[in-house]
Amino acid sequence: MTRREDWERQYRAAPSDAVEASTMSGLELDAVYGPDDGEFPGQFPYTRGPYASMYRGRLWTMRMFAGFGTAADTNARFKELLRAGGTGLSTAFDLPTLMGADSDHPMALGEVGKAGVAVDTLADMEDLFDGIDLGTVSTSMTINSPAPILLAMYVAVGEEHGTPRARLAGTLQNDILKEYQAQKEFIFPPRPSVRLVNDVVRFCTAEMPLWHPVSISGYHIREAGSTAVQELAFTLANGFAYVEAAIASGLPVDAFGKRLSFFFNAHIDFFEEIAKYRAARRIWARWLRDRYGATDERAMQLRFHTQTAGVSLTAQQPEINIARVAIEALAGVLGGTQSLHTDSFDEALALPTEKAARIALRTQQVIAYETGAASVADPLGGSHFVEALTDRMEQEAEAVFAHLLELGDGSILEGVYQGIEEGWFQSEIAQASADFERKLNDGRRILVGVNRFEETDEPEADILYIGPEAEALQRKRLAEVKAARDDGAVSQALARVRHDAADPATNVMPSLLQAVYAYATVGEIIGALGQVFGTWTERAVV
Amino acid sequence: MTAGEMMRVLVTKVGFDGHDRGVKVVARMLRDAGLEVIYGGLRQTPETVAETALQEDVDVVGLSMHSGGHLTLAPAVIEALRRRGLDVPVVVGGIIPTRDRDVLVEQGVAEVLTPGASEEEVVAAVRRAAAQRVQATEA
Repeated sequence: MTRREDWERQYRAAPSDAVEASTMSGLELDAVYGPDDGEFPGQFPYTRGPYASMYRGRLWTMRMFAGFGTAADTNARFKELLRAGGTGLSTAFDLPTLMGADSDHPMALGEVGKAGVAVDTLADMEDLFDGIDLGTVSTSMTINSPAPILLAMYVAVGEEHGTPRARLAGTLQNDILKEYQAQKEFIFPPRPSVRLVNDVVRFCTAEMPLWHPVSISGYHIREAGSTAVQELAFTLANGFAYVEAAIASGLPVDAFGKRLSFFFNAHIDFFEEIAKYRAARRIWARWLRDRYGATDERAMQLRFHTQTAGVSLTAQQPEINIARVAIEALAGVLGGTQSLHTDSFDEALALPTEKAARIALRTQQVIAYETGAASVADPLGGSHFVEALTDRMEQEAEAVFAHLLELGDGSILEGVYQGIEEGWFQSEIAQASADFERKLNDGRRILVGVNRFEETDEPEADILYIGPEAEALQRKRLAEVKAARDDGAVSQALARVRHDAADPATNVMPSLLQAVYAYATVGEIIGALGQVFGTWTERAVV
Repeated sequence: MTAGEMMRVLVTKVGFDGHDRGVKVVARMLRDAGLEVIYGGLRQTPETVAETALQEDVDVVGLSMHSGGHLTLAPAVIEALRRRGLDVPVVVGGIIPTRDRDVLVEQGVAEVLTPGASEEEVVAAVRRAAAQRVQATEA
């Protein structure tokens, strides 16, 4: 059987009528093009895509990231996005929530509900998903240090709605390693934090078959200033680290490997981005099979979410960002993404307005339904240029893995810990970011509207303005929830959290569920964990 | 600061926001321009910023803010500085809506820098802020 025949067999077994299969002239299109003995989508090492049918079988999920103000404010935006044709939810939490602090924490002053939605207790999570059927929608939650607590809250809301945890579909970002490297929303030291990540992996493997327990994220590494190669290499290394941690805890790689997912940036360098996604799939497949012993194909198939690059957007002439986002989103689609968030054009100014968010969603719909970009899988596969760039990126990433293996004495997990502790990732990213800025300043790199083609007297853009009201409302709500709950049940639950956290062999998830059901706050639970784990301060690297 | 002395700048972030790409780029820009830069790191409070400014005897404080909390946090830093008897000017850089820029200036912020500011603009703003203070002190 040729590889084409093998592919045809798989292709016929899958649904394949999600997109138009002919050109505007009426020419019929194959689902994929290439030599009979070449690699096809759905075939190891999946350079051309994880599935045989790709978008013919199912379009990517149009998942728009949203969150601001109180849970009720965000609930209204969620409903609007679903009404407008969005096919999944994605939750942005505010900074105090991301840092595990309650809205009444002194450090939270001025930041409550600003960059995302504030969640202090299960009561807020109930408001956030009020009137939304968690059995039919899939939800992504962008949260890391407090991720296990927010997952426990989501499970609790599902159960309150009558949707058992086994039917909940979605993704928890829960990728702590890139926090130390790039986004810096860490609380505990790396080792106990990875234990928490792994507790979620174990819990989901046993009880939540439709849930993705970790979304291994290059997005933030790139936004912090890395190159595409660094994004690729650091992200996959973090992925290998979680695999090693899970295997060490006794989980079989095939059992959890198929539920790991990835999250990449779509920046403006079109072909390099496409090559990056192709290289990522190939590397993951090879390492999972050859190094970690996966035998289930699904554990070797890298699936990913994409977000266009916030950092590529400009505050100057912001409407140009609509064009940038369209090009970046197209790279994600041609690279075979499974889900996509398109940034709103006003994101260099503030959180998106409803109108800007709708234009961003419509941009995906244009790509999906008008351009024909989804008709043929891996349409750039076989291009001399894209194939060479894919190979080159793979080689560059392998050099990084070799460095980490050396740092970690044969273990990627130890190498990543070491790289974090000595600030290696952080300084690599800072250097790349400084080089980029230098090029912009020298004019060696052009940014339209910023260092070329500038306009003076730009009209003021209409932005979403979040006033101080949400903060006051949220503090009041928190006080009400605290007054109404059973304090004895809270302290009992928190004592159990401390007890279970102190034993590395015990999964903390059941204790977290008990605590959220008792309406313990995120800050109280984080505090209990912190008593066991301690906290982490980074060595600042400029 | 007297002529010939190197200008000392504290650049830092207040609050929970961990987006440190901008603050690091600015730190390098200022250092490359010959200023002495103290990087205060993440998660500072108005009090810790003011304390560092005092200890390090800086001429300017630069705050990088992307969280939307600038209207609360920038005046809190200024107040903490003044309470220690420091008239050090504060420069704010980051994602600051146009309508907030004038408010920040009314609140006592010396200069506001927004995305896309070039190296020259960043350095000039810090120098202007420092010069205002010298003038004010001499007057």
